Amino acid sequence: MDAVILQVLNGLDKGGAYALIALGLTLVFGTLGVVNFAHGALFMIGAFCAVTFRKILTLEQVVLSETELSPWGTPLEIRTPFAQQWFGDFGNVLIDYSVPLSILLAIPVMLLIGIVMERGLIKHFYKRPHAEQILVTFGLAIVLQEIVKAFFGANPNPQPIPQVFLGAADLGAMVGMAEHVITYPKWRLVYLFFSLGVVAAVFAFLRFTTFGMVVRAGMSDRETVSMLGINIDKRFTIMFGIAAIVAGVAGVMYTPILPPDYTLGMDFLVLTFIVVVVGGMGSLPGAVLAGFTLGVVQSLASMTQVKDIIPGIDQIIIYLVAVVILLVRPRGLLGKRGVMEN
Amino acid sequence: MFSMPKKDAITFALFAIVVLSMPIWLSPFGASYPGLLQKFAIYALLAVGYNILFGLTGYLSFGHAAFLGVGSYAAVWSFKLLSMNPILAIAFAMVFSGIFALAIGYVSLRRSGIYFSILTLAFAQMSYKLAYSVLSPITHGENGLQLTLQDPRVIDLMFMERGVSLPTSSLFGIPMNGYEGFYFCAVILLIGFFIAQKITSSPFGMMLKGIKSNEDRMNYTGFNTKPYMLTAFVISGIYAGIAGGLLSVTDPLAGAERMQWTASGELVLMTILGGVGTLIGPVIGAWIIKYFENIFSAWNESILHNVFAFLPDNVEGIVVLISSKFVGEGWHLTLGLMFVLVVVFLPGGIMEGVRRIASWFSRRKDPTKDQEVTDPENMPKPSSKKGE
Amino acid sequence: MSDQKKNISRRKVIKTGAAGLVTAGVAPMVFTKGAWAQEFRNDPKGGDVVLGFNVPQTGPYSDEGADELRAYTLAVKHLNGEGDGGMLNTMQPSNLKGNGILGQKVTYVTGDTQTKSDAARDSARRMIERDGALIITGGSSSGVAVAVQALCQEMGTIFMAGLTHSNDTTGKDKKRYGFRHFFNAYMSGAALAPVLSAEYGNERVAYHLTADYNWGWTQQESIQNATEALGWKTEKNVLTPVGAGDFSQYITPILNSGADVVVLNHYGKDMVNSLTQAIQFGLRDRQANGKNIEIVVPLFSRLMAQGAGENIKGILGTSNWNWSLENAGSAAFVKSFGAEYGFPPSQAAHTCYVQTLLYADACERAGTLYPPEVIKALEGHTFDGMGNGPTEYRAEDHQCFKDVLVVRGNQNPTSQFDLLEVVQEVPRSQVEYDASIFGGELGPYEV
Repeated sequence: MDAVILQVLNGLDKGGAYALIALGLTLVFGTLGVVNFAHGALFMIGAFCAVTFRKILTLEQVVLSETELSPWGTPLEIRTPFAQQWFGDFGNVLIDYSVPLSILLAIPVMLLIGIVMERGLIKHFYKRPHAEQILVTFGLAIVLQEIVKAFFGANPNPQPIPQVFLGAADLGAMVGMAEHVITYPKWRLVYLFFSLGVVAAVFAFLRFTTFGMVVRAGMSDRETVSMLGINIDKRFTIMFGIAAIVAGVAGVMYTPILPPDYTLGMDFLVLTFIVVVVGGMGSLPGAVLAGFTLGVVQSLASMTQVKDIIPGIDQIIIYLVAVVILLVRPRGLLGKRGVMEN
Repeated sequence: MFSMPKKDAITFALFAIVVLSMPIWLSPFGASYPGLLQKFAIYALLAVGYNILFGLTGYLSFGHAAFLGVGSYAAVWSFKLLSMNPILAIAFAMVFSGIFALAIGYVSLRRSGIYFSILTLAFAQMSYKLAYSVLSPITHGENGLQLTLQDPRVIDLMFMERGVSLPTSSLFGIPMNGYEGFYFCAVILLIGFFIAQKITSSPFGMMLKGIKSNEDRMNYTGFNTKPYMLTAFVISGIYAGIAGGLLSVTDPLAGAERMQWTASGELVLMTILGGVGTLIGPVIGAWIIKYFENIFSAWNESILHNVFAFLPDNVEGIVVLISSKFVGEGWHLTLGLMFVLVVVFLPGGIMEGVRRIASWFSRRKDPTKDQEVTDPENMPKPSSKKGE
Repeated sequence: MSDQKKNISRRKVIKTGAAGLVTAGVAPMVFTKGAWAQEFRNDPKGGDVVLGFNVPQTGPYSDEGADELRAYTLAVKHLNGEGDGGMLNTMQPSNLKGNGILGQKVTYVTGDTQTKSDAARDSARRMIERDGALIITGGSSSGVAVAVQALCQEMGTIFMAGLTHSNDTTGKDKKRYGFRHFFNAYMSGAALAPVLSAEYGNERVAYHLTADYNWGWTQQESIQNATEALGWKTEKNVLTPVGAGDFSQYITPILNSGADVVVLNHYGKDMVNSLTQAIQFGLRDRQANGKNIEIVVPLFSRLMAQGAGENIKGILGTSNWNWSLENAGSAAFVKSFGAEYGFPPSQAAHTCYVQTLLYADACERAGTLYPPEVIKALEGHTFDGMGNGPTEYRAEDHQCFKDVLVVRGNQNPTSQFDLLEVVQEVPRSQVEYDASIFGGELGPYEV
């Protein structure tokens, strides 16, 4: 039983990541109708915002030693972080919290990237065939990836968890179970609540603001809204920016769990499309529901008890569930009729 | 059955000349060696076959790599169990990829649009994942399915002694790993191209294009489109299977990576890059991507230094530094940039560029001929808000 | 690629002005297989000796590939008598004079394996068929090594594998034309097990997480056999999909399984992720059977250690070579590599550098470039001064035998490169095995 509870927690955590990436993708793909293969790259760039932020914080003053040599024969380098030099202990706290703090960097950066992408490139593709959207966004994804590789190399860049969130919390003991039965890493719990918070914020934004109302109206009938004299294009640009932010902050917070490298985006790309489509085209709640469902199912299928019965089931479970759902429910879990069906 | 419109016959003749003379005209491009020539012919065939589905019906399959993989495995198993004869291997590849395509197509075609794409993607990914892990007894997983000295090769060993070294695939004594192998692939490509031309201009092809422009309307007229779709899917799957078989014939090792989504994605990109719905476009797209992968990636700094050696030293250094970011380990960057530039400036792919040049020439010669140049099949489709 | 050819093509470039299209050195094909004994594919006939370096330049292993390429260019320099000579000065016995191979200048061509079998074979074929490469070497995965090795056997071109650790490469998939300087999973197990039992005791229960493909299985099997021989029990072996990213669903069942050692049979990104996550789940803070739970990563590299950051500290594993070794060969290599690039070489770089020198030396000893003779010169060859102590290329399976390093993630690194400390240099005798246990056939000399 405790094993199942742990797997459900794992699944929710995984699902949180899936849901966040899928949420951003569904904003542009399910509603603006753009097949955005560069969405994974946005997630990756978000993660590298954290890497960059930490690099800036830990910028070191390098002094070449005049007497000592390194083992490979060049003068020995003596390094001290500037942040530590200038701010002392406060500098160290900054470095410790670099991951959550880099959200502050990620939000403006991602908004900018999203807007530039939409205005500069995607805008011209709203009315072009999906095939061409695939080609242009895939090309863009490769270019972004290669740029990141040029700066950060191909190796993963580990990001530390802030001291307070290190280690695992004993959830079982909190609800009166025996010690050490259900323990879970604190950072993963943070991630879970963070993803729920972002999802709630996006929904609230679309539901309770005038902006959101106009955008929702624009999604269902773009022409009529335009006729009302509302500049829907500008709002769609901002939507794209929001999608980029959601993907970006998801990437930032995921870095301690998955040390990012430049292929991170491509690794998640296929999975994200599956989550969005299983959720149903054009449905934001669908994307979130599908994200959490697939996460939990994947975790449960990876239990050894299940694998002993069907070897290799954990390899294919996501795809298998996707096939079954799409066969049983023609438009995914909560999809709308007529969106991307022909 | 071999009669065809004059225009198609000319296209075919030109295409045949271009393909068969590849060893000559590719040599200034540094691409005239058997390994790459074979790949050019094989991936061209793959793209031609894919276009029968995607180009004619508009159904975007994201899982065609599965058929490529099944074809390769079937061919290698035919080498291992029966004979090194390539014809037999291709036959096996056709049968197995056909069955596979029938099964996947039957299920996937119950949905359309993006839902269809994701279903094909899911099936292909499942095939890849299983081939890489639990199906290793059949596929040899990561190491790839290879020939061994102890293979039964029942038919071959009835006629000859077991040799000391591994056999190579040969068509009645002609080895398939050199230029001969290229011509074998080229001939099959030409046959495949011819059949694709026939399909495009046949009533069946018309029906498929009808489905593309409006499937609902076809259904309202009391017409069941499903069998037509399934036939197109299976034909296109068999093309991919033959291509997979040819990969094994020219180089007898089949790996699971051939089934990965990136392989399917590459095929989609080839088709779009060249021009969806045109016969030649996907072939050109395939050649360009394979050229980048094999030739651009091979330019290292010492070659660049030699190329730019005519420049003054300090200029050379800068030029080499900049250009080295785009070749060698940077070849992905060039590829990505090219995707973006082509699609921004040439909506409809590279064939659109060719058409623009052609129409420019013909307009200068005879303005009234303008209409003929853009034949309806190549017209950029009017796209609704939701795309195709 | 020969300079001669390059000059020709350069002139062509200038003449035609089609600089972007003309590739340097389109070598004519030579298809004279075994017409008489000394005629062979890509015989330079007095021209430059072309080596083909096939490394991952794109994809997750491209940093490793870049390091391999650095080592190769360094080796070519040293062979041609440029630079400080590196290991040319420490190699014992050595027939290398710093005047190329058999007096002919050494040049090279490069290719991108993409860490995919098909791409690796394509680029190897280009180097053999178009560029006239005499050997193919490099790579960063066993799947690629096995695939390219098979191709080279068909082509009659010598292949010297780069980083490949699976038993299969010189086991059931071994080939006459393939050689491996790197150690393998069996040797990792044999070297690691005694150190593990010395550190953690004989009464341990192990839980394996294993990457679900050929390399993972051979490593898991080797470690399990070696540890069980010393009294350990194996609680469970769970296969994990390659590239799983999040391993949490495989880690939580370990917590209450009763196992007290976790063996992560993962490499590259998988290893970085699974190790990072296992530590976040508090595995190392927990106890089972009254003992602290320990994590073991049987195959290490410094580049991976860099990716895992803090988490690698104190973790035991094995390595083929580390730049901190204090023998003459290693010191010479680290010094010339460091002088050239400003940082120390990785184990992949070491393997590739050494192999290039060994090939050149074998040609000198054979007195010819004719591959069957070079192969015979390499088979059973013993040498020293290349950083691993006395070393032998065993004739039966072309596996290299030498001391194996057991390493531990450094608790107090003095620099960003000082990530691994050598715990023990396990002597060769302890990791040796009978060549017949993995089966396979080398195949003929003449193809």
